[in-house]
Amino acid sequence: MARNSDLDVAYVAKLARINLTEAEAELFQKQLEDVLKYVEKLHQADVSDVEAAGHGLPIFNVFREDAPRDWFTAEKALSNAPRQANGLFIVPKVVE
Amino acid sequence: MTEKDLPALSIADLQSLLRRREICAREVVNALRARIEAVDPDIGAYLSLDMDAAAKEAEESNVDLPLGGVPLAIKDIINVMGQPCTCASKILQSYRATYDATVIRKLRAAGAIPFGKTNLDEFAMGSSTENSALKLTRNPWELSRVPGGSSGGSAAAVAADAAFGALGTDTGGSIRQPAALSGIVGFKPTYGRVSRFGLVAFASSLDQIGPLTKTVRDAALIMNAIAGHDRQDSTSLDEPVPDYAARLGHDLRGVRLGLPKEYLIEGIDPQVKAAINAAVKQMNSLGAEIVDVSLPTTEYAIAVYYIVATAEASANLARFDGVRYGYRAENAKDMLDLYGCTREEGFGPEVKRRIILGTYVLSSGYYDAYYLRAQRVRELIRQDFAKAFEKVDALVSPTSPVPAFKLGERAADPLQMYLADIFTIAANLAGICGISVPCGFAEVDGRRLPIGLQLLGKALDEARILQIAHAYEQTTDWHKARPPIAAAGRKA
Repeated sequence: MARNSDLDVAYVAKLARINLTEAEAELFQKQLEDVLKYVEKLHQADVSDVEAAGHGLPIFNVFREDAPRDWFTAEKALSNAPRQANGLFIVPKVVE
Repeated sequence: MTEKDLPALSIADLQSLLRRREICAREVVNALRARIEAVDPDIGAYLSLDMDAAAKEAEESNVDLPLGGVPLAIKDIINVMGQPCTCASKILQSYRATYDATVIRKLRAAGAIPFGKTNLDEFAMGSSTENSALKLTRNPWELSRVPGGSSGGSAAAVAADAAFGALGTDTGGSIRQPAALSGIVGFKPTYGRVSRFGLVAFASSLDQIGPLTKTVRDAALIMNAIAGHDRQDSTSLDEPVPDYAARLGHDLRGVRLGLPKEYLIEGIDPQVKAAINAAVKQMNSLGAEIVDVSLPTTEYAIAVYYIVATAEASANLARFDGVRYGYRAENAKDMLDLYGCTREEGFGPEVKRRIILGTYVLSSGYYDAYYLRAQRVRELIRQDFAKAFEKVDALVSPTSPVPAFKLGERAADPLQMYLADIFTIAANLAGICGISVPCGFAEVDGRRLPIGLQLLGKALDEARILQIAHAYEQTTDWHKARPPIAAAGRKA
């Protein structure tokens, strides 16, 4: 596939666990290259004396007592599962 | 007042009728149901409705509570127990919420009735609601145009009198921009002011829940109910919450309004520009002092946003893997294939694009160049606003550079769509609060399209921003204008 940047959409899609079709990969490659070209302008900003912002506002660690409380039942947690049995989420075989 | 006229009322007016026992909450729900049946086939604002449950809740409602007996629409990305929560995505199409978000718990405690879920861009990613995988929503002022987004369903419902008020979410303008394009009020609180617990996360450091309403007073009433600290959201701010509605009524004398010179960009529609200039002049004549200010990092805001927001989205949306809830692809070969097929089939194109971009900017070798640099420029943007707010009480701009655009007009070019958020996006990066209020109309192809005025305030200064917006609103009639579909519905 033709590429004009370091971005390889097909490879990154694999990292993101999305099985893109070839046509999609090609379209996204072009569209995201446009976006990456646009964001290059950030290299004009002088950030030499600036700390990275984690949030817009200063927020610090929040602690609470490590105490048990009522929360989801297993039944509720499973209520939207695509497949479930015996109180478990059922998935394809993981170990050969 | 006949039942047909009820849906056009503001929340405040509805409440005075309810409290004087001139109407009952059950009649309100019935009137709203009839209204939705009449207009929503044309508008497409709602993804799901639970009017029978709402009617039952209305029977038991206590109208003397702060929002007693008031039905409210909820953007379908906020969990309401027992109702669907689709995020307008195929991947959550059959999902049912198993708990109430904190905002819903608080609205219920205040007596409100969350009766229906509104359409949005899939996972709130978009500016036109066209990215919904489930439904097309049209602008009540002109059905061939978008309602804005991503809270487009909430905005269209309120504008068409098919909701008294609604909740939306704002990550880069998703409350303010659809409010502007649909001719209503949209309020984005300070980051952390309203709990995000139970909101499906898109970009966790930017997302904030807020009201879309017909008037500024209604926005203040909803804010009274939903604002405040929540132990279940670690980013929620533990700060006292004023009575926003009680603080309304100040005039504009002594208020300092800043005009950021960087916001006078090319590409602003001349009719939008004229409406904003007229609004500024009017606020000046009402006693506000107009001050020129500078936000030099404005040009970086969209670039920073599309790195930070996509990075956070790529992490947040990792949970949709076909295992614990939502859609699961059939015939997957193994576990990895199950993830890959589920996400390929379950997500729409814009969501996939953003996850891929976010994964890339966080990936080894590119993290410093993109993500870290963006977070540093974000700090510069925050400092710009802090400096501006040393000089002024609020910043004034258009909410959107253009009025509502045509369906399909921008859908093919993601970057052009992103650029439409130029005036709203920086507020999310800085964590500050902002509002859009109606300030005029543009004449396009012989139709009137609403224009929104944006006021931005410093963090936790919601009360003042609502005061200023209210003072302006009270001297205009823009918020009283109803779209043609609203008038047509009432005559029928």
